Amino acid sequence: MTLLKEADFGTPERPGAATVNLTVDGVPVTVPPGTSVMRAAKQAGVDVPKLCATDNLEAFGSCRLCVVEIDGVRGTPASCTTPVADGMIVRTQNERLGKLRRGVMELYISDHPLDCLTCSANGDCELQDMAGVTGLREVRYGSGVEAGANHLDAPTDTSNPYFDFEASKCIACSRCVRACDEVQGTLALTIEGRGFDSKVAAGAGVSFFESDCVSCGACVQACPTATLQEKSVIELGMPTRTVLTTCAYCGVGCSFKAELRGDELVRMVPYKNGGANEGHSCVKGRFAFGYASHPDRVLEPMVRNTVSEPWRKVSWDEAISFTARRLREIQAEHGQGSIGAITSSRTTNEEVYAVQKMVRAVFGNNNVDTCARVCHSPTGYGLKQTFGESAGTQDFRSVDECDVILLIGSNPTDAHPVFGSRMKQRLRNGAKLIVIDPRRIDLVRSPHVEAAYHLELAPGTNVAIINALAHVVVTEGLVDREFVSSRCEDFEAWETFIAQPEHSPEAVSEISGVPAEKIRAAARLYATGGNAAIYYGLGVTEHSQGSTMVMGMANLAMATGNIGRPGVGVNPMRGQNNVQGSCDMGSFPHELPGYRHVSDDDVRDIYEKLWGTPILDEPGLRIPNMFDAAIDGSFRALFVQGEDIAQSDPNTQHVHAALAALDLLVVQDLFVNETAKFAHVLLPGTSFLEKDGTFTNAERRINRVRPIMAPRTGKQEWEIVCDLAQAMGYPMHYDSAAQIMDEIAITTPTFAGVSFGKLDELGSIQWPCNVDHPSGTPIMHEDEFTRGKGRFMETVYVPTSERSTRKYPLILTTGRILSQYNVGAQTRRTANVAWHAEDVLELHPHDAEVRGVTDGDLVALSSRVGRTELRARISDRMPVGVCYTTFHHPVSGANVVTTDNSDWATNCPEYKVTAVQVDLVPASTVTDAAREPAVAGGKR
Amino acid sequence: MSAGVPPYVRLANEIAAQFAHRSPTDAATAIANHLKAVWDPRMKQALIDHANSGATDLDPAAALAAKKLQAL
Repeated sequence: MTLLKEADFGTPERPGAATVNLTVDGVPVTVPPGTSVMRAAKQAGVDVPKLCATDNLEAFGSCRLCVVEIDGVRGTPASCTTPVADGMIVRTQNERLGKLRRGVMELYISDHPLDCLTCSANGDCELQDMAGVTGLREVRYGSGVEAGANHLDAPTDTSNPYFDFEASKCIACSRCVRACDEVQGTLALTIEGRGFDSKVAAGAGVSFFESDCVSCGACVQACPTATLQEKSVIELGMPTRTVLTTCAYCGVGCSFKAELRGDELVRMVPYKNGGANEGHSCVKGRFAFGYASHPDRVLEPMVRNTVSEPWRKVSWDEAISFTARRLREIQAEHGQGSIGAITSSRTTNEEVYAVQKMVRAVFGNNNVDTCARVCHSPTGYGLKQTFGESAGTQDFRSVDECDVILLIGSNPTDAHPVFGSRMKQRLRNGAKLIVIDPRRIDLVRSPHVEAAYHLELAPGTNVAIINALAHVVVTEGLVDREFVSSRCEDFEAWETFIAQPEHSPEAVSEISGVPAEKIRAAARLYATGGNAAIYYGLGVTEHSQGSTMVMGMANLAMATGNIGRPGVGVNPMRGQNNVQGSCDMGSFPHELPGYRHVSDDDVRDIYEKLWGTPILDEPGLRIPNMFDAAIDGSFRALFVQGEDIAQSDPNTQHVHAALAALDLLVVQDLFVNETAKFAHVLLPGTSFLEKDGTFTNAERRINRVRPIMAPRTGKQEWEIVCDLAQAMGYPMHYDSAAQIMDEIAITTPTFAGVSFGKLDELGSIQWPCNVDHPSGTPIMHEDEFTRGKGRFMETVYVPTSERSTRKYPLILTTGRILSQYNVGAQTRRTANVAWHAEDVLELHPHDAEVRGVTDGDLVALSSRVGRTELRARISDRMPVGVCYTTFHHPVSGANVVTTDNSDWATNCPEYKVTAVQVDLVPASTVTDAAREPAVAGGKR
Repeated sequence: MSAGVPPYVRLANEIAAQFAHRSPTDAATAIANHLKAVWDPRMKQALIDHANSGATDLDPAAALAAKKLQAL
């Protein structure tokens, strides 16, 4: 399409029925009460000139350009700050108003560089537009340096890697400041000084890069001039066309306008109609797309017989035939179950579906698993057991109606920043917050946000805490009896179980370290504070009792009636962009698409008839089982789609031993990642800018991913999978990704109504989408649970076997940081490294002091299974006895130290609890240049 | 961590720990059903063989579950 410019109504929409009638320039219009005159005018088809107003910010009334006349009202009120009234008669244009506006514009232009022809915003400048609209022809006060005092010499701040701040072009409209406040919620920007000296500042005397700015781009988007401008636009010029697509980073699933010049991507701008983000973005989605064109990209297939040989670039035909031949040879020698595949949560639904189909129909086994195993498999298991559906219950918009937010093991401002911003806004507007986390994450206390309670629990004690919260609900008479009796089952047995003294806050206090009264107070707030919603992340799932904890949260929500309407629910925050979709698509070894067990004859029959081949009725190997079987010798070949298991999976040495034991490792990826160092075949993949398909986000929203450019490798990833299937003797062919989705729809009840055509029509769809819900399902379990009655489950607290000892006295937890993503394969190849060039180890000042560690020292981090080195950061965000790091860089390779422990039900690794020791590395032995990736395989 | 213990034994024991609050028979049934639903046949067979060999490193409920699994 040509460049998509979205309509700007000037002020936000007001909810409610349209009941106020007015006329604007003689045009009748009916709008909800509280609507501004400016917005009503726009709805009537009348554009009122404006500079400081935009519809994702509250009206400010500073530019004075939107003045109107209203019958019976004195003067010329600003239309943006004036609410409509019934019978109002508005005039937006006449000689008097025109004169006023020209006067205003004249003042703006008298202090603005008149370099429009060479300005980076030429053609996309609201100031330029308004000069035209108001008919400004001369500036009586002069312009430029001869006009007296001005700001034309104001400096330009180029410190941010992605955008510049050219202060000489600033009109001090405050849109950037308000966007930082109202959209992002960071409050990094301010107006410094008064009157003529007013200017935008990022903090006190620091540059944008040094400030609290999180580079979300909201200020750049809000700026009506070229003051805040993307460096890419300054370098390349204005884009000329738009392709709507979906971000490939976290599970929020933001919609973006990819803006191009020809085939050159100039910038990614968040799309206002994007259901998940509604016009907001974070630093990754907005700016960190350069990895797609990074020189490290592998664009041609490569093959080698052994990993000690150099890679050999080959044709697609040779790569496919080599792979197919080796896979069949290995099966002939070692059995049908000796090969398998891992699908990726970074690829599209269609790509995942193709791989799991290849495994089941071509490999003839169920040895297919997904990297969602290592983050959210307990969510699927726990919610399926209790609610009957393996997915979160709400849409993101639902948080706007929360009264109490219970945030457990999730750090949304770092890991899910666009939703984190939305949550912050709700908290500032009155919702209460309970944080359950060992660390003092930013939301515990940040500008104008303060948690009512922070339950700073010991790592590994989630289940004890959730049981204690439920214990208070049950024993203090806070159960929603009506909800429970009408909607749930197995309550009585659970009530007896949870009321036992061992679950009391007093007993749990000794286990968790959280004072009993704090637990009681938090439970009372959750149960009685109005709409209460649980949001959680990997701090819940990545434990040996992750599934138990998910069931514990579901119990709590059901007991208090907080399910089935906006503002409540149990909401998993998904890590990668398509965690939900990769699970939906049947890439679990025991489940076909739609979470239907492989032992179900009726379900298998659907696929056997369509695919023309039998499907095994027994589960296959999960990823950790594949590793164990590889070491044992019964599993000999693995196809890995878009995943870096050598860096992301726990106990790196064990993973490496497994990969090294394989006869054939096939990696389909963008780069020669850590896993590819063990590979025999590298099939180059496509970046999200080249993909055609869909991602499904944390709120079950299926979003279209549209190709910005043709695949740089010449093939879509599903085409490569089909080629491989064909070469192995199975006729697998699709004409398009849309055709794959059509197959998904006819075989999977929850996707029955989904098609690319419908997605194009509706924008996005939240599954289930079927005859009963043709436009999708934003809120789940409204009248009844998917399984009929919600089921209470007994959630016994079984402590992890991983304990701190004298030798390993600290507990390590892991997590994410805003600027990096997962193993860093993408973000390390962008300017985001400016913020986080290496992983660091956060530890409490006391733990640092007793070890003689000061901020920035190199320390050795060792556990029972491994050792690595990284820089220390002293942080009182950590409790004593707990340390923390991220896993974005292979040099530190945090998973060298994580153990084989996993969730009992799903094998989700216990990344969050590892007993470790931290020792200062003597300065005499530190040579940074010699530091190698902690994972074996050496430097790139 | 239990070094030297076969993975299927370690995993079965971890599952057994979750059902330790139930009676041995109930626990074994629950464990067996879980293993039936999510374990690959070669792991199930390895566990059954291990239990049948008279190994002593299996949680009693897991050992009983292995016998039930054989019949499922």
